[in-house]
Amino acid sequence: MTQAATNASDLMVEMHNVNKWFGDFHVLRDIYLEVKRGERIVVCGPSGSGKSTLIRCINHLEEHQKGDITVGGVALTQDVKRIEQIRRSVGMVFQHFNLFPHLSVLENCCIAPMWVQKKPRKEAEALAMKYLERVRIAEQADKYPGQLSGGQQQRVAIARSLCMHPEVMLFDEPTSALDPEMIKEVLDVMVELAEEGMTMICVTHEMGFAKTVADRVIFMDQGQIIEENAPEPFFNNPQSERTQLFLSQILGH
Amino acid sequence: MIHNKEVIPEQPAPKGTIGPIAWLRGNLFNGPINSLFTLLGLYVLYLLVVPTIQWAFIDADWVGDSREDCSRVGACWVFVNARFSQFIYGLYPSEEYWRANIVFAMFASIIAWLVIPRLPLKRWVIVFALLAFPVIAYVLLHGGYFDLPRVSTHRWGGLMLTLLLASVGMIGALPIGIVLALGRRSQMPIVRTFCVIFIEFWRGVPLITILFMASVMLPLFLPTELSVDRLIRALIGLTLFQSAYMAEVIRGGLQAIPKGQDEAAAALGMTYWKRMGLIIMPQALKMMIPGIVNTFISLFKDTTLVMIIGLFDLLGIVQAALSDSRWLGFSLEGYVFAAFVFWIFCFSMSRYSQYLERRLNTGHKQ
Repeated sequence: MTQAATNASDLMVEMHNVNKWFGDFHVLRDIYLEVKRGERIVVCGPSGSGKSTLIRCINHLEEHQKGDITVGGVALTQDVKRIEQIRRSVGMVFQHFNLFPHLSVLENCCIAPMWVQKKPRKEAEALAMKYLERVRIAEQADKYPGQLSGGQQQRVAIARSLCMHPEVMLFDEPTSALDPEMIKEVLDVMVELAEEGMTMICVTHEMGFAKTVADRVIFMDQGQIIEENAPEPFFNNPQSERTQLFLSQILGH
Repeated sequence: MIHNKEVIPEQPAPKGTIGPIAWLRGNLFNGPINSLFTLLGLYVLYLLVVPTIQWAFIDADWVGDSREDCSRVGACWVFVNARFSQFIYGLYPSEEYWRANIVFAMFASIIAWLVIPRLPLKRWVIVFALLAFPVIAYVLLHGGYFDLPRVSTHRWGGLMLTLLLASVGMIGALPIGIVLALGRRSQMPIVRTFCVIFIEFWRGVPLITILFMASVMLPLFLPTELSVDRLIRALIGLTLFQSAYMAEVIRGGLQAIPKGQDEAAAALGMTYWKRMGLIIMPQALKMMIPGIVNTFISLFKDTTLVMIIGLFDLLGIVQAALSDSRWLGFSLEGYVFAAFVFWIFCFSMSRYSQYLERRLNTGHKQ
């Protein structure tokens, strides 16, 4: 566990004893997680284990009921202004892409820089093209999301997030809704992003990705963090029984 | 095993599966029973259409000044002709028709400008139509300014009044409906409760009751110096009534937008109003076009109900003309004319909405 005394300003995301309930259902139980700047975290676990909910709490798409969350030194409270401030520094990529279907690819990328950061259109478009090139989809800038394949849409979604210059990126099962032949193109982009030093928290079942880029792998079950380790010992020498069972299920075929 | 080494070239469809004859055979004569029904249908159509055309066009009388000019074999359009200006302007004084004509012309130009896609500066035309045009129209129609003689609202009528009621109702009901729909989905219990009560109240009461209340009951409660013009009261009643319906149409559209859209916009740091205005509403409104136009069309036709509070809209003035002793017995012509005018407007709205749907469709639902 890397809970050793770290300089507070080095911490990008801090979750201390976070608890959350959906009605009576206790989805997150005493979550303790600290993510340093530049760190890459992979969160895995069986479905319903609360891993998506965990990262959705970080930008307050879900509200936690107990405990403290701090993002980039800003404590997450009920205050709307503060929530929006945190969201501007946190990028998120969704399982189902959630591109805006009524806007072109370019407009999808420009809309937040223009309306949230008040950038002039020209500047926002230049920025968008830069990131669309980086995810290798610039030639599709004038198309609408519905005209693109799943893998292309997801890369656009990553570019759209990057246009806001986030300090941390959250990935919520970014490849789960993709056809198998498209998974690689998205993972390649994510690996490049990791190599450039982006702080990333990824909920994913792509264990190859976890092995290549993760600094730490977190295993969750029934709303709790069960095990947390560097990828090499995590995969080769899992400590808990539940982790062993989970790994044998997803790797063992 | 390889099935085909070479690409099979495209081949034409077999004979007799495409073209008009194939269509007839496939859709109208694809069996003895179907053929029978087709012939029967054609015969019924013949029985209905031929006499109608005979009555409305071939045997009809078009020109003249009095009922003596009508043969009574076919339709007597002389009646409609003689009363035409009343049907359009109501009891508006004839020497002031030019004022109404200017308003009509401006109204038609604005609509045309907005409907024809090639014309530029749409945004400014909308601003003009919403801010300047109502003032200009009021000054011109009502008078009392710039040496224009006053024409009080109880003399307004005919198609002019119908269009006025319908346009004010539509332009008012849409934004109020949007606000009510958003309010009904709000997290804030007081806002939500207020919107639910408002919507359910106005939806639960017949429009006739509302118009009666506005014209008969309201003045009893208000002191006389506060009396509001009857037309204004009818407009407010009509607008609020339709906004409740509009709210439910819009709420339906909002519910059809996946939650992920709002989440993605929120994750980008957008405020509630930006999320609604930039992401949710543009998508929802596009889907709601059929529902909105449906409400608009029913609003257009509902304006005829103002008849019962003594305002003479198109239908009201036609009906009044029917009781003129010089023109007794022409109710069929009068109602056919009124129906035709209403149909023209409603059908145009319907066609435009279909065109708009096709034009706005980026065709790619997520």
